[in-house]
Amino acid sequence: MSAVGQALAGLKVLEFGGYAAGPHIGKVLANFGARTIHMESKERPDGFRIQYPPFKDDRPGYNRSGCFAFFNDSKYSVTVDLKKPAGMALARRMAQWCDLIIENMRPGVMERLGLGFGALAERNPRLVMLSTCNMGQTGPRADQPGFGSQLSALAGMCELTGVPEGPPMLLYGPYIDYVASLLGASAALAGVTRSRRTGKGALIDLSQYECGLVFMGGALREFFASGRVPTRCGNDDPVAAPHGAFLCHDGEWVALSCWSDDEFAALARAIGDGSLAGDPRFATAPARRTNGKALDAVISAWTGQRGAETAAIALQAAGVPAYPVVGMAGLFSDPQLRARRQFRVRRHPEMGDHAYCYPGFDLVEAPGDIIGPAPCVGADNDFVFRDLIGLSEAEYESYRQQGVFD
Amino acid sequence: MLLSDVLIIDATDRLGWLAGRLLADLGADVIKLEPPGSDRSRAEWRAFNVNKRILELDPEPASARARVEELLRTADICLLTPSAAIPGACLDPLALRRDYPRLVVVAIRPFGGVGPRSAWKASDIELMAAGGAMALAGEPDGMPVRVSEPQSYGWAGAHAAIGAVVALFRRDATGRGDLVDVSAQASVIAALSHAPAFVDLVGIEPTRAGAFMTGRSIKGARYRVFWPCRDGYINFIFYGGAAGRRTNEQLVAWMRQSGAELGALAAIDWKTWDPTKADQAEVDAIEAPVAQFFARLTKREFLIEGHRREMLGYPVATVADIASDPQLEARAFFQTVADSADRFCGSFAVIDGERPPLRHHPGAPFPAAPASVGAPSAAGRAGSSGAEGKP
Repeated sequence: MSAVGQALAGLKVLEFGGYAAGPHIGKVLANFGARTIHMESKERPDGFRIQYPPFKDDRPGYNRSGCFAFFNDSKYSVTVDLKKPAGMALARRMAQWCDLIIENMRPGVMERLGLGFGALAERNPRLVMLSTCNMGQTGPRADQPGFGSQLSALAGMCELTGVPEGPPMLLYGPYIDYVASLLGASAALAGVTRSRRTGKGALIDLSQYECGLVFMGGALREFFASGRVPTRCGNDDPVAAPHGAFLCHDGEWVALSCWSDDEFAALARAIGDGSLAGDPRFATAPARRTNGKALDAVISAWTGQRGAETAAIALQAAGVPAYPVVGMAGLFSDPQLRARRQFRVRRHPEMGDHAYCYPGFDLVEAPGDIIGPAPCVGADNDFVFRDLIGLSEAEYESYRQQGVFD
Repeated sequence: MLLSDVLIIDATDRLGWLAGRLLADLGADVIKLEPPGSDRSRAEWRAFNVNKRILELDPEPASARARVEELLRTADICLLTPSAAIPGACLDPLALRRDYPRLVVVAIRPFGGVGPRSAWKASDIELMAAGGAMALAGEPDGMPVRVSEPQSYGWAGAHAAIGAVVALFRRDATGRGDLVDVSAQASVIAALSHAPAFVDLVGIEPTRAGAFMTGRSIKGARYRVFWPCRDGYINFIFYGGAAGRRTNEQLVAWMRQSGAELGALAAIDWKTWDPTKADQAEVDAIEAPVAQFFARLTKREFLIEGHRREMLGYPVATVADIASDPQLEARAFFQTVADSADRFCGSFAVIDGERPPLRHHPGAPFPAAPASVGAPSAAGRAGSSGAEGKP
């Protein structure tokens, strides 16, 4: 897993924790060349290794989890038993080695382990530590545990998903964790940038709840300005009409929208009835919204006679925003994503060849990559402890005999 | 401030507003270019452009272009949505890379800068469709839906901000800028968690599950997520693991103390119960008494007692609930700017124990005249941006 020549070459990252919110940060950094070490213990591995499918061949196992793999490619895995004093000593030594620590334990756990920022920064003043948790490190509910799938509800996203007459809808998995992990990646890198420039480290307190609210910033600002409390409205939009998903001949859906009368005229021509643009029922956006059911029927009649891909291609050719509703299998065959090499197959020691997802951006001159598959638990103990941390053979053997690597 | 020596020119439209906002929250000086007379009154515009300085460009194209070029000579990063209407300004990503070798250029497009559909048009709904998110939201047999509050612009902006700082890190080490190519479609994929892995690894395609969670049981059972309560909904799921075990035990204890009917819950040993191995009949049996219990609670009662018992689960909040949440109040998340009473989401991270204050109101203009360029700390900037300028 060479990092030479990549944008983050030379950046050393150490992760404590598991699941999505912390490790997804480290994955993105690793994709651009940061040397990222994921610390677990064999007694208590990352929860994503064991608690959630899919597992290769549907057989659970520490090294068979597609869920863990998806957020931990391009990293190294080490096992350190932090319940043992020698394990703690080794963890502190690693904290001296690294530039950045990412941890997503519950607030106060790192301090109780003797791995709080204050203690570690005494020995490594350039250290940046990013602590991410549900509520942030302070506040009356700081100690509340939680998973991102539920936090997405507290942050208002589920309330605004679904049709008006129905219940709130789930956003798949721990949606908000990925908002927070992406925002956290920016903050962590900003911290490291300052550390490199000034020698001053930083402690970054990231509340996943607050990060999620950033994505709700428009609705919150509207509430503060007008008192308006938005509700879920299916696929409607206050400006665009039509604006929705339409069922196609192949059972797939196509999403489309018109943001001006000109775009609607283009859509009307594309679906073979240019006169619709002059029809008083559809001539303006308010009229189209008032007569939404009639308009939806007209569009559905057209989409119902062709596949979603064909419909999207025809509408785009006419200058109308449109795209098929891409399913999970479709992501792997979507021509645009394939051209970007969005999914890249790497060979895992136990799972064999399988696909990893690349971030949503790339650098043209210093591109990143899926540098390697997700690591098996503890697979890199030898390399990391001997070659990176610099343990002598005697030290390594002593730790091993004390069961630190178990 | 972490990025206090970084100057950013922000020439984005809605697709890219968040990128500059995030970097401003981290301390960068972000100058947002606006066409003359643009509408800056909408809540959405203000939410994502607060903390930036606003430069309204001269309606005369040559003057606007000269002003932008002057700023670019000292800028570290330029954020672009190439479709943004910036009169007179030559903001082609490749030309900027050629003309300003140390500049990090971040081009945010619906489908990125390469590929057969890179010129396709899209708004939020097409991007949520193209990135897979709509396929996973909505009733199983019904229409795919998007979140009513646009999200794809957030995913794109969040990725763009990372790309900007990744390239800045490299620029500090090598002296060379870069072109960061952001695809909003690809960015949305982060919202899908590990759903694509099911297709690749075991040939199962996750689909929308409505108010239920799927993909956790190897027997295909689905778990209820949203439970009606007295004043809305509660989000609660039967989890496994240590945290799930505690939650499940505490819920049953709470129900027992409240005199609620326990039904099938009474016989469950949570120490051995495994949600990945439960079938649908078992899940239905344990969920029925919980539905009756939750129907009697308010959202706030669940939040308070759930916290006291260290349970997993939250109410389904509205923006009004969020605006009055004591947790956010204690952490001063919502902030005002200068002498205005307008409230905004504050900076997203607390740095060294302090939330960086919002510095610029979205209505505050940046001086239009070239002589008034207020670049931050000249000493701090000297080593970071260079003075290569346009030849």
